[in-house]
Amino acid sequence: MNLLIGALTIGLILALLGLGVFVTYRIYRTLDLTADGAFGVGAAVVAALLVRGAPALVATVVAVMAGMLAGAVTGFLHTRLRVTPLLAGVLTSTALYSVSLFVMGSGNISLVSADGFVSVAERLAHRWLGLPPSLTLFDTIVGGGSIASLGLMLVLAVGTAALLALFLNTEIGTAMRAAGNNPQMARALAIDVNGMVVLGLCLANGLVALSGALMAQYEGFANIQMGIGALVTGLANLLLGEALLGRRTLGRWIAGAVVGAVAFRLLVGAAIRAGLDPNALKLVTAAFVLGVLVLPRLLRRAGLPAEAGERV
Amino acid sequence: MSSVALRLEAVSHAFHAGTPNEVRALDSVELELERGTFTVVLGTNGSGKSSLLNAIAGSLALTEGHILLDGREITQWPESRRARLISRVFQNPFTGTAADLTVAENLALAEGRGGRRWLRRTLDRDRRAALENTVAELGMGLEDRLDTPIGVLSGGQRQALTVLMATMVRPSLLLLDEHTAALDPRSAEQVIRLTRRAVTAGNLTTLMVTHSLSEAVRLGDRVLLMHRGRVAYDLRETRRRRVRENDLLQLFDQLRWADRLDESAAEMLRRAYV
Repeated sequence: MNLLIGALTIGLILALLGLGVFVTYRIYRTLDLTADGAFGVGAAVVAALLVRGAPALVATVVAVMAGMLAGAVTGFLHTRLRVTPLLAGVLTSTALYSVSLFVMGSGNISLVSADGFVSVAERLAHRWLGLPPSLTLFDTIVGGGSIASLGLMLVLAVGTAALLALFLNTEIGTAMRAAGNNPQMARALAIDVNGMVVLGLCLANGLVALSGALMAQYEGFANIQMGIGALVTGLANLLLGEALLGRRTLGRWIAGAVVGAVAFRLLVGAAIRAGLDPNALKLVTAAFVLGVLVLPRLLRRAGLPAEAGERV
Repeated sequence: MSSVALRLEAVSHAFHAGTPNEVRALDSVELELERGTFTVVLGTNGSGKSSLLNAIAGSLALTEGHILLDGREITQWPESRRARLISRVFQNPFTGTAADLTVAENLALAEGRGGRRWLRRTLDRDRRAALENTVAELGMGLEDRLDTPIGVLSGGQRQALTVLMATMVRPSLLLLDEHTAALDPRSAEQVIRLTRRAVTAGNLTTLMVTHSLSEAVRLGDRVLLMHRGRVAYDLRETRRRRVRENDLLQLFDQLRWADRLDESAAEMLRRAYV
């Protein structure tokens, strides 16, 4: 039971990462490698602030702003200095590795004694909802903190997804989608495409940094390696979500990113429980992404129908 | 305000400038478009007519010269800023619309061309109803497909919508870049009819590039023939003077003759002096 709650909570945290990747990969059709750096910097900033006694909310907001700044840097490199999106992301994310080290002061910060969102959620749930410190669910003792965290993450992930869907249907959001879909048309309709790209990268990396900041608080530590593979993990979430919910409407598509993240985490949890070496996790994730992207083409070549086929 | 909508002063653009391969796509073009007139640009491939349109729209930077729209210098404005005043229909129907966005979303974006975009919902009920009426006026039955991704529609349908999108907010200048060339004859006819209606209704200043001599004589108040980056012939009041397709063909032939003479003259010089 505790394992299940943990997997669900982490899935919901990573759903925010999936939403960030959705913005760059599905709206702008680029792979933004800033994600790896932004995830790490989100964790680094939140940890550095928490150990200095900052409130969890403030620390998290500052971490998000750090991620947005990282996105703005990539956007600047790409739109003003004409660096290709892939290289711009790699450069920013490489530089962010050092930034994270400076911020953290060392490669690892323990947050066990810090007042992160888990204890905040527990306190709030106790005060307002009367949640006991521990309770029994299906014959297992579950900490009130983990239930409260799960609830908070559920609200946060679903709320963020809903806000993102609303935003993409506003005038600015629609202009952003047009800028990603057909830049030439967007320019002809007086949309500042470069500005939209920067805005999109800020939004995406803010979400990714939020995911990283929450992850550090939930796991109780920040590690300089945390961001590695974040983009691929986000992609895996997104692609699984698309397979489960489809992408017929924007709302479904975005909901898919959340559902996909949770489902992927549950699969990972089940696999580890069944004996998968946790060290193989990134290998499996990468193989999954490759498989989802390439399988339809292989099926088509073999003469089988594959409607989900796409160019990689 | 003066009667001049667009004014080009010594507008030049050179590809590979400063190298032996320099090509002058636009060579000191001087041009004034009167407000509310329909000007057609003809020319062979590589004559500079597309470059002319791109230079005005802002997708081609000038090497020299100035562009004034309604008396305001816009030479340094980026394309997206010029687009608030200048609207454009491209040759490829796929270029003018965002395929993955719905018909209604595309139209709503076009409606925001002149102003600022905010965090207002793109399609509230009133706006959607208004768009439905606008599309119904096309008479193509597209009002029932407002929520369809526009990429599903045919090239003709998409181009008709692009013309609508270019004119629903009145532009100071309408640029048409061979906008019927990629369509079948029936769709082309329909798009021309829509274009004519929109131009007349809004009394728009229009600059159209085309390969079709019949379109040129039918629509143009004025016909420009471009050659080697310059305006070789400028036929004003063509409709009143009853210029025919044949007259235009003859002008093309004259240009071709002039070219051939140039080459043979150059050949003579080479033989004599090298």
